[in-house]
Parts: sequence; C-alpha cells; structure tokens
Amino acid sequence: MDERQTVLAALIRTASRQDVTPQVDQSLFDSGVLDSFALPDLVSAIEREFHIVIPDSDLNPKKFESIARIERYLDSRQ
Amino acid sequence: MAFLKAFGKYLPERRVTNLELAQRLDCTPEWILGACGIEERRFAAEGEGVVEMAVAAAQDCLGRAGVQPSDLGMVIVSSASAEQRFPGPASSVATRLGCGQIPAWDLPLASAGGLFGLALANDLAVRYGTVLVVAAEKMSTISLREPLDRNVAILFGDGAGACLVSATSGFAAITGEAIHSDGAFAADLRLNWGGPLQMNGRAVILQAGRKLPAGIAEVLARARILAADVEVFLVHQANKNLIDRVAQSLGVPADRFYCNIQRFGNTSSASMLIAAAEYFESRPMTAKPVVFAASAPASTGAPF
Repeated sequence: MDERQTVLAALIRTASRQDVTPQVDQSLFDSGVLDSFALPDLVSAIEREFHIVIPDSDLNPKKFESIARIERYLDSRQ
Repeated sequence: MAFLKAFGKYLPERRVTNLELAQRLDCTPEWILGACGIEERRFAAEGEGVVEMAVAAAQDCLGRAGVQPSDLGMVIVSSASAEQRFPGPASSVATRLGCGQIPAWDLPLASAGGLFGLALANDLAVRYGTVLVVAAEKMSTISLREPLDRNVAILFGDGAGACLVSATSGFAAITGEAIHSDGAFAADLRLNWGGPLQMNGRAVILQAGRKLPAGIAEVLARARILAADVEVFLVHQANKNLIDRVAQSLGVPADRFYCNIQRFGNTSSASMLIAAAEYFESRPMTAKPVVFAASAPASTGAPF
C-alpha cells in the first residue's frame, strides 16, 4: 500500500470500528468491513482528511466501495 | 409564526413480533433486531385503511386540544401508502371528521410528509385558520408485497399521527424551519403503483446520514441555538442505528433523540408525529427548544 492507501485504510478502520486492513480492490460492503451506517462517517472522515467537500450529488455508495474506488474519486476531484 | 396546539396518534392493536416476521422471511429475530433496532411493529386490521387510521389520530388530537372539527380551517393529510391514486385520503378524512367543506390537501410524501405538513401549516394557519396535519400509513400492505425483500419487510409498521397548528395560540411556537428536496436520488426509495417497495438501503442511509444532521444544523444555526441546548429531537423513526448516528454527528447523547421505533417500527411519514404525540403525552413542555426532523432520499428538513 502507498501512503494514501494506508491513510484510507486507517479511516476505514475508524469508521467501521473494526481492526481490519482491507485489500485495495476489496469491496468494503460485500466483505462486511463497512455497514450502511458507517458509510456516512467514512465520507465525512475523507472530507476532513483530504480537505474537500463531497457534494450531495456525489453521495453514491459505489464511489466509496473500495480503497481503489475512493482513490479514483479523489483523483477525479483534483 | 404559528403555534403547536396538540398532538395525537393512533396505532393498530395487532402487534407483529420479530419472531412472527422471521418465520415468514427465513431469518432470525436477532438478525432483525440488530439490523434495525425494531422489536415489534403494529399492523392494521383487515378493512382498516389509511383514512380510518388518520381519522382516529385526528380525533385523538382534537380531543386533547378541545377543538371541534367545525373550528378547523384546513386539513393536510400525508400518506405514501394511500390505497388509491385519487382522490387521496385528505378529503375523506375531513368529511369523516365533520369538517364541512374546508380545503383538504394531500401530501403523498414518504418519511418526511409529516414534517412537510407542519412546515406548510406554519404558513397556512395565518391564512386559513387552525390547520390539522395528519400523517397516516398502512405500510404493511406494501412492505410485504411479493417478491418479499427482507431488508424492506422488517422495517415498516402501520399507524397515524396528528398535530394541530394554530395561528394564535398553543403550547409551543414554531420559530424556524428548513426543508429541502433533491430528486437526484428519488430512485433509491420508490414505490410504483402495484409494485413492491424498492429500496437501495445503502444509498438511503448515506443520504439520510448526511442530510438529516445537516438539516438540523441548518435550522439550529439560523436560530443561534446549540444542539446541546435542545430539549429533545423528535425525528422520523427510520432506523435506530441511523438515529444513533445522527445524534453522534451532532455531538449530543443518543437519548436526546426520542425513540419508539423499537415498539412501532418505521411508520414512514406518520412516525415523527406519533413520536411527538407520545413524547408530549407524558412530559410537560419546557422552555427549551424542541427540534423536529425527517429525511427521505427526495426530501429532508427540520422545523422547531
């Protein structure tokens, strides 16, 4: 994992309250790492960590389904 | 500015436990409780529809206020589960109550309908006189439609809530509101005529988990009130886990959010008014602010 992926994994651990390190392409939902109720917390944590505001129009769970997808979203915001 | 005069509610007698539902849905009662925090819900009896429940809640509300149906200036009825496309239940409710020919307005708005009704009544009471807002839902006929989706079927219950809004007097003033709609996510929770309720639960929770605290924060900021100074948050009883997360987002203890979802399930647009009726039944109103809030994928808001 690179530095950004490691940061994202830490945010996922905090939001999910689980001591796990998901694989970069692993679905956080299908694997049970992240439930629906932890997802809003993860989105808020990403905003704080990367100093961005995620608009309501981007609140599609698929954008946050894995570390790889989150990275893709972050790249699209640059 | 208008005033809250009284609340009322009606819950059908029949209790449906998780055990009963689990047998039908091929799951366990423990799974249902963990997924939504609901222990039981009420289902309407055969022949008991949206109109009948709405009338019962309205009569409870009018009785508590000592107001006669003939004194009302308008009736607003919210329901996402009305049995027919038109006319909606509002005109039948007004007639059965004996309100004469006052305007009766339907709000076919799931989840946030009771809240939008309050917000409308806040403005309309000045023009039309005392407004009766009713929200009534018979969700059981929808949530148990084939093909069964256990994630939907475990959530919903039937019931009705009501509130009287007066332009001149009441036990609390409505001093602010913030309501919004966003059709971009309308497909994530929808009910086509005759079809099953379709819910993208993850998307619904993500929307509500962000928009509900944002709406509450907006209305508190306008009034320059801290969340910590609010007496109670009376919100749409969507899911206990969601309500706890919203409390966490606002930095207030979870018990500041009144919860009866354990006993009644999610009664869609009726739930917030049922919660308010139950809350004020057993507690005197204090001088501290009370916040009402509800959210659905297409609409959200928070008056107090």
